[in-house]
Amino acid sequence: MALFGRGSGHWLTSAAGRRLLPEGWLSGPMPWVIAIMMFLMVLAAAAGLALGFAARGLDDHMSGQITIQIVDANKARRDDAAARIAAAVGKLPGVVSIRRIGDAEITELLQPWLGAGLADNDLPVPAMIDVAFAPAADRGIEKAGAVVHAISSRARIDAHAQWLAPLAGLIASLRWLAGVLVLLMAAAAAFTVVLAARAALNTHQATIDVMHHLGSSDAQIASLFQRRIATDALFGSLVGLLLASLVIYAVADRIAEVGSDLLGSVELPPVAWAILGLLPIAGTLLAMVAARLTIIVALRRRL
Amino acid sequence: MRPGAANIVQFENVGLRYGVGTETLSDISFSLAAGAFYFLTGPSGAGKSSLLRLIYLAQRPSRGLIRMFGEDVVTLPRARIPGFRRRIGTVFQDFRLIPHLSAYENIALPLRVNGVAEADIDTPVREMLEWVGLSGRAHAKPATLSGGEQQRVAIARAVIGRPEILVADEPTGNVDPEMAERLLYLFEALNKLGTTILVATHDLHLVPRVDDAQIIRLDKGRLSDPTGALRYPPKRG
Repeated sequence: MALFGRGSGHWLTSAAGRRLLPEGWLSGPMPWVIAIMMFLMVLAAAAGLALGFAARGLDDHMSGQITIQIVDANKARRDDAAARIAAAVGKLPGVVSIRRIGDAEITELLQPWLGAGLADNDLPVPAMIDVAFAPAADRGIEKAGAVVHAISSRARIDAHAQWLAPLAGLIASLRWLAGVLVLLMAAAAAFTVVLAARAALNTHQATIDVMHHLGSSDAQIASLFQRRIATDALFGSLVGLLLASLVIYAVADRIAEVGSDLLGSVELPPVAWAILGLLPIAGTLLAMVAARLTIIVALRRRL
Repeated sequence: MRPGAANIVQFENVGLRYGVGTETLSDISFSLAAGAFYFLTGPSGAGKSSLLRLIYLAQRPSRGLIRMFGEDVVTLPRARIPGFRRRIGTVFQDFRLIPHLSAYENIALPLRVNGVAEADIDTPVREMLEWVGLSGRAHAKPATLSGGEQQRVAIARAVIGRPEILVADEPTGNVDPEMAERLLYLFEALNKLGTTILVATHDLHLVPRVDDAQIIRLDKGRLSDPTGALRYPPKRG
């Protein structure tokens, strides 16, 4: 069954075919209902895509990072252990960079909690070493624990992925939720098309009867309605996309003003915009298929 | 059936029942010869329209066998029905013109349904308009046409696809006697071109006006002439 009603039904897409169903363009509520559905669908899809790209960025950035802390009140022993650990870990496979965080930087990090003059009051602070591994260098990370503990029992390792796990879980849940919302919106839009197609069938019952008596096939009649519904659906979808794009730009602007690194990682790269741009086309195709199936099934109940 | 002529329609013990009521048509058996002219007569409510609905495939019978163009149409798959309908021209009592299309476009519709190229539509439609005497009303909408004009558009629409059989349900019921004569003249002209004609009418005065016409008479859903004497009367001198 040709989706676009070709073959003997080519005239259906011509002006003569359009005159068979005299309703004006955008005459019913369907285009506007689809515009609202598409607006919500694009927002949900944008949220899902942004979270997906943010999660990927977090994963790439954090999952291969560990921080080694050497907690020893004896500064000389602590520095010695830090130097030996840095040297040993640096030889592990997959290490991309290794950096001991300087005392001044640690003092600055702790200043909000412990106040200024940390260096003067001789309060012992741990030595810290940031190690970055190449992606998928899991074995290197595993070996790092053994190497570090062999050098100093006072050293411990914080894997960044461990404390990011709850955030990653939340992002994954939100992505699923966004995906489910997109599917629900698509289903709601399809049901709207089904109702509109049935209403159109009832409105044009007399014309359909005449067409049948003249030898029109169900596919020819379905093509008449399908083209009309596709036009309305495309219009509604484009309006929905346009409005949703304006909202997304506005929200992105607000996020940029907040200046948070975490929030800033939630952004839509060009590929995400391309995917969003395909949604109206997908929505129109969905509307055409829903309209065609509805009409074909309804016509099959008649002789 | 006339000797030597092939049957284009054949009914054998056909019954039709709507819902659970009594049969509207019972034990209908007859055949229509290709190229012949028939009147289907009987009083109002005799079942003429129901019988025509069976012939133009708007209804399947409750029982019995119907063969058209040599094939059993009772069990015909639904997908093949459009192809059969294109071989049948139908003129409805209420015309059933599409009100928002002009006379020209109503007449062109069967050609478009049949997949005729747009470039090949204009000439036959204009010829058909001329044949039914409506050349000057090509762009008129049905609502602006008289009953007789609408009936002629309906006839033109029914025959433009050169059907093998033309079925007309009370075609003269809504027109004056002069127009009825003109319509019968059109049917005769078409019959001379080889099309089988079946005209349902309760007006018996029409019957003698067509030479060599045969009669099928229905009464209370049954053929009132099961022997066939009325259906195949001797040729009038």
